Amino acid sequence: MRHLLSISDLTKVEAISILDTATELSRVSDGAVKKLPTLRGRTIVNLFAEDSTRTRISFEAAAKRLSADVINFSAKGSSLSKGESLKDTAMTLQAMGADAVVIRHSASGAAQRLADSQWMSGSVVNAGDGTHEHPSQALLDAFTIRKHLGMGRSDLSGINVAIVGDILHSRVARSNVLLLSMLGAKVTLVAPPTLLPVGIGNWPVTISYDLDSVIPHVDVVMMLRVQQERMSDLFFPNAREYSRYFGLNSDRMACMKSGAIVMHPGPMNRGLEISAEVADSARSVITEQVANGVSVRMAILYVLLAGGALEVGGN
Amino acid sequence: MSTADYLIKNVSLPDGKKTDLAISDGVITSLAESYIGEAQTVIDAQDCVVLPGLVDLHTHLREPGREDAETVLSGSRAGAKGGFTAVSAMANTSPVADTAGVVEQVYRLGQEAGLLDVFPIGAVTQGLKGEALSEMGAMADSVARVRIFSDDGNCVSDPLVMRRALEYIKKFGGVIAQHAQDPRMTMGSQMNEGEISARLGLKGWPAVAEESIIARDVLLADHVKSRLHICHLTTAGGVEIIRWAKARGIDVTAEVTPHHLLLTDDLATSYDPVFKVNPPLRTESDVHALREALADGTIDIVATDHAPHPTEAKECEWQEAAFGMLGLETALSIVQKTMVDTGLMNWSQVADRMSIAPARIGGYAEHGQPLAVGAIANLVIVNPKQRWTVDRDLVLSRSSNTPYHGYELPGVVTHTFFKGRASLLDGNIMQVGGL
Repeated sequence: MRHLLSISDLTKVEAISILDTATELSRVSDGAVKKLPTLRGRTIVNLFAEDSTRTRISFEAAAKRLSADVINFSAKGSSLSKGESLKDTAMTLQAMGADAVVIRHSASGAAQRLADSQWMSGSVVNAGDGTHEHPSQALLDAFTIRKHLGMGRSDLSGINVAIVGDILHSRVARSNVLLLSMLGAKVTLVAPPTLLPVGIGNWPVTISYDLDSVIPHVDVVMMLRVQQERMSDLFFPNAREYSRYFGLNSDRMACMKSGAIVMHPGPMNRGLEISAEVADSARSVITEQVANGVSVRMAILYVLLAGGALEVGGN
Repeated sequence: MSTADYLIKNVSLPDGKKTDLAISDGVITSLAESYIGEAQTVIDAQDCVVLPGLVDLHTHLREPGREDAETVLSGSRAGAKGGFTAVSAMANTSPVADTAGVVEQVYRLGQEAGLLDVFPIGAVTQGLKGEALSEMGAMADSVARVRIFSDDGNCVSDPLVMRRALEYIKKFGGVIAQHAQDPRMTMGSQMNEGEISARLGLKGWPAVAEESIIARDVLLADHVKSRLHICHLTTAGGVEIIRWAKARGIDVTAEVTPHHLLLTDDLATSYDPVFKVNPPLRTESDVHALREALADGTIDIVATDHAPHPTEAKECEWQEAAFGMLGLETALSIVQKTMVDTGLMNWSQVADRMSIAPARIGGYAEHGQPLAVGAIANLVIVNPKQRWTVDRDLVLSRSSNTPYHGYELPGVVTHTFFKGRASLLDGNIMQVGGL
């Protein structure tokens, strides 16, 4: 595996091996010395053409725990904000000897353009491209679900997951639909009809417009962020009505199955798609998702740059 | 008997009949099974078909304003290479072709290039803004004799502006060529809305945004009894509306591009913007509906929507890239591949859809004429049995954004004759009228 651009690049075996590698690596994070020498001397560039603090920090921590050299290249104040093309940026990174580029970009397909072009030769990791995919987020979500509900299984068979909110514009949803269903979970998408893409009849999911009817039957409720800019574009009447029908509050949480968990990729709009009580409740695994993100991203970099999965049970 | 300028031996007419064809002083002087006499240039056309020179009603020549992408001369060379003897230059130049001055400039540049006739299209509205009518009368009365008016690139979306434009052009027998795209429904749209756009996370350009404008405009054309032409039809639903309108006797014609006869929206999965075009590539079932409609005459003509762009406009992220693809040099090959080799059309129908009908719609009297003794010799000779491989580095257009790079296509255009002189001789551009 040379790049991670989309969940569809992975087989089920490869996905599970990333999760298993992450499990092994998480022991490093829990230990006294939080560092492995694996990627010493390798250079990883975080190319963040779109603002994102948490994903960048997560990738940076992951790379550093594997002893790689990390260069952060952000939109603000960089040549990207001065109109430099993706091609010229890529060729600059190539000239600097980047072994891998972790790219976050507002354009769908930007990571694939980088990987398919002759502009640079390193590995490309998609850290979120427009409204297309965010594969490392889906892997950390699957890792978190498996940890809580997997009961020792390697996959997610038999687990019911609801993904709730703005599916249309969500790269997190697209990657999770592909990954969770590949791992055997049953996925239900819950959204107002305006925020579901046209043309998803062949997706391996169930569609619902009614959160209340879905809540009692699922093991995982994954809430998606509602972007501010959607408010003014006729997708729903106003924030209050959205919250009334698609927000996760304590009343709805009370209807959840015992043991069911609440997830959110962050950043949250408290009071809109999720109430403060739910976000801070015992069912919420939201901060744990962040912690798991580092282990999963270590595993991704490990598999791409160290040439294979870490042997399970190894040191 | 005097010496002919050219003698084309053993060529097939569109109906399949074999003939020798002689050209002298700009006209066809003989069509006989075997020509007896001398000729300055003799062409053995044993495996070839002769058609009236191709006419493209939808070409972006980019001059004035974007000479880095294409000029009237480079576009004329690409046209001659593709077998065209006339092209209609779209109005979305800079400055916009919305005055007699600009259309006369483009017309004159075409005459100077001398490889084919360049007939400028005038803008419907000033600056293509969709608000105030441009001086269509002045453009019609100019040396360029403009008859086709279009805001192509933009839709004339305001229904009142469209109604007035349709009414006004009746004064000089014009036609409005509509780029059917509801602008509100396609804000920021990147590709056909459907399964592929849902997966790729690219903003959808729904078929209904095209069809709703076509439906409105055929009703408007009927109401004011004027002439409407629909540019680049792409959807099965649009075909149904045109079919209905024609059955009602509404004076509407429609075009389809070669790329919409072949390519589909799944090509966007590469995120390579060479496949980004407006209107977008649609689905397999749309492609089949378009082919059938072209064969049965519901769609009147093929038009290229040749849209050159400089390298940097395509060497970038999909959503940053410009819409459009080259078309002049590959049009006939794509039509052979999709319509002739599939058995849907014969060469007589190709002659109609790519020469006779477009010349009639544009009012180009010297083009699209039956092959007969005395007719002006605007001709193309194509070898349908030969194949060639498209190489974007070898195109004559100044840009290289062909979606067919590396495709092996049937049908090699060997010769093009413009007013009796070879503009393309054995695959080579002849600088006939260049000053």
